[in-house]
Amino acid sequence: MKILVCISNVPDTTSKINFIEGDTQFDRNGIQFIINPNDEFGLTRAIWFQQKQGAEVSVVSVGNASCEPTLRKCLAIGADRAFRVDLEPTDGFQVAQQLQAHCQNENYDLIIAGRESIDYNGSMVPGMLSALLGSSFVTNCVALEITENKAQASREIDGGIETVSCDLPLVIGAQKGLVEEKDLIIPNMRGIMQARQKPLEVIPPTTTETRSEVIHYEKPAPRGEVKLVDANNLDQLIDLLQNEAKVI
Amino acid sequence: MAVLIYAESENNLLKKSAFELASYGRAIADKKECDLIAVVFNLSDPSPLSEYGVNEVISYEDPTLSAFKAHEYGVHLASTAKEMNVDLVVLSSSADAKYLAPILSVALMAGYASNVVALPESYAPLTVKRTCYSNKAFNTTILKNEINIIGLSNNAFGAHKKSTPLSVKSGEISPSSGSLQIEKVEKVTGKVTIADADIVISGGRGLKGPENWHLIEDLADVLGAATACSKPVSDMGWRPHSEHVGQTGKPVATNLYIAVGVSGAIQHLAGINASKVKVVINNDPEAPFFKAADYGVVGDAFEVVPALIEKLKKFQNS
Repeated sequence: MKILVCISNVPDTTSKINFIEGDTQFDRNGIQFIINPNDEFGLTRAIWFQQKQGAEVSVVSVGNASCEPTLRKCLAIGADRAFRVDLEPTDGFQVAQQLQAHCQNENYDLIIAGRESIDYNGSMVPGMLSALLGSSFVTNCVALEITENKAQASREIDGGIETVSCDLPLVIGAQKGLVEEKDLIIPNMRGIMQARQKPLEVIPPTTTETRSEVIHYEKPAPRGEVKLVDANNLDQLIDLLQNEAKVI
Repeated sequence: MAVLIYAESENNLLKKSAFELASYGRAIADKKECDLIAVVFNLSDPSPLSEYGVNEVISYEDPTLSAFKAHEYGVHLASTAKEMNVDLVVLSSSADAKYLAPILSVALMAGYASNVVALPESYAPLTVKRTCYSNKAFNTTILKNEINIIGLSNNAFGAHKKSTPLSVKSGEISPSSGSLQIEKVEKVTGKVTIADADIVISGGRGLKGPENWHLIEDLADVLGAATACSKPVSDMGWRPHSEHVGQTGKPVATNLYIAVGVSGAIQHLAGINASKVKVVINNDPEAPFFKAADYGVVGDAFEVVPALIEKLKKFQNS
C-alpha cells in the first residue's frame, strides 16, 4: 500500500498571533512552526499501517524551504520519503492542484490530510484534492481500517459517528480520534539520525490558478474587563445574563 | 444572477441553520436584486423557508438521497446552481456542509471561503471577512471566480423573519455513483448537539473526575444546553473526544458559553472565542479564562453550580 500524508507547516498552538506590513502578512518573528495537529493524527495512523500492515509512507508539503524542518520531523517520526512542492501557496485550491499533480505521478492508495489547518482554517484541501482526483473522500475521520482494496472509515457528524465503506483510492480528512493524543510519536535520536539520510525531494510547481486572495488581517477587538459576580449573589449573574447580555 | 442555499434538514424537519442561511441569503439577494433559491433533500414541507425570505425551493426526493452523502448531494446542488444561473452559494458550518463545500467548489469551479462571519463587505469583487488562526484573528478574503461559495459561521448572522411568496419545484434526480456506502450511524438522541446549541456548558479538570459530570449535565438540562469539555478532560478519558472543544477539538460559536473549572489555556480559548457571551466559574481568580470572559464567578464549582441550578429553576418558574 502506498500512503501519502499531506503536511501543513503551521505556527505552534500556543503562538501569539501578530501581523506586519500594514496587517497584510503574518509575523513569523519568534514563532515556532510545527506539523499541523490534524495532519499529525493522520501521519500517526499512516505509520501504524506501515508497521502493522506494510505500507510505504510519503509526506508532502507545498511551501518554500522554511517547511523542510517540519518535513524532516515527519521522516524522524517514521515516514519513508518526503516531497516539497516548491511554491509558497496563496490559497487552498492552489495547494490542492499542486497535490493533484504530484498524486497523478505516484498512484497512492490512500491520501491523508488534516481536516483543516490551524492557521488558515480553510477546511478545503482534502475535499478539493479528492474531487480533482475523482477519489472517495471521508472527512472529520475518527477511525480508519484498510483491508485489501477496501476501506472502512468513520466520521464525526453533528451529534454522533457515521461509518462508511468504500473502495481505494481514498482521501481522508484526519482529526483527533483517528489516533489518540497519547499515540503520537515523539521522534527518538535514532529516528532523527535516520531522517537525515532519507530522501527529501524538491518538486517544481505546476501551473495553477488561485481562486481567492487574503488582502488584510486583523485581530479581534480587545475585550472589556470581566464582570465579577459574588458566589453568594448568583441572582445577579442571572439578572446580567437576562437583562444585559440577553442570552437566557 | 441568483443566490442558492442548501437548507439542511433532519428527520423531515428543517434545521435551525437553514433559517439562518435563508436570512443571510435574503439580505444578499435584496442587495443584488435577485432570487434566493433553496435546495432541500427529502423534505416534505419546505414552506417554513418562505417565512425567512426564500422565494424558490428546488426539492429533491429520492430514496437514494435519504441520508446525507457529500458526493451525491454535491452533484444535485451543482446541477441546480448551473441551471438557475446561480453566482453565489451559501452553506452552513455543519459537519455535513463543510464536507460538501470543497467538493462543490471543484464541481462548480467556484471560489470558496469558510468560517465567514458577516455579510460581504463588497460584491465586486466579492469580499468577505472570515476567522483564521483558530479564531485568534480575522482575514479579509477576495473570492475571484464567477461563482463563489460562502461557508457561514454558526450563529454569525442569526435568523430574521421576512415573509416571501414561495414556489416549489421538483428537481431531477441524477443517478448515484461512487463506491461509498453508509454502513451505520450512531447518534446520541434526545441531547442537544454542540453544533445546534444556543448555549454550551463546558467542564474542565476542576471537576476532579468523571463521576462529577452530573453537575455539568444538570446545568445543561436546566438551560437546554449542550455539554462540552476541555482537552485534558477528553485526554484523560473522562469524556468522549467528540465533546472536546478547542483548537484541535470542536469549534464552538454559541450565544452563551459557560465554562466550569476550565483554566482557559490559549488553545481552549481559540476554539470558543467565536461565542458571543462567555461566563467562567473557577475557584482560581488567576485562571486565564477570567481575562477572556464577560462574566466571572470566583468560587468552588461544587457549591456554585448546584446553587446556580436552583436559582435558574426558580427564575424559570417565576
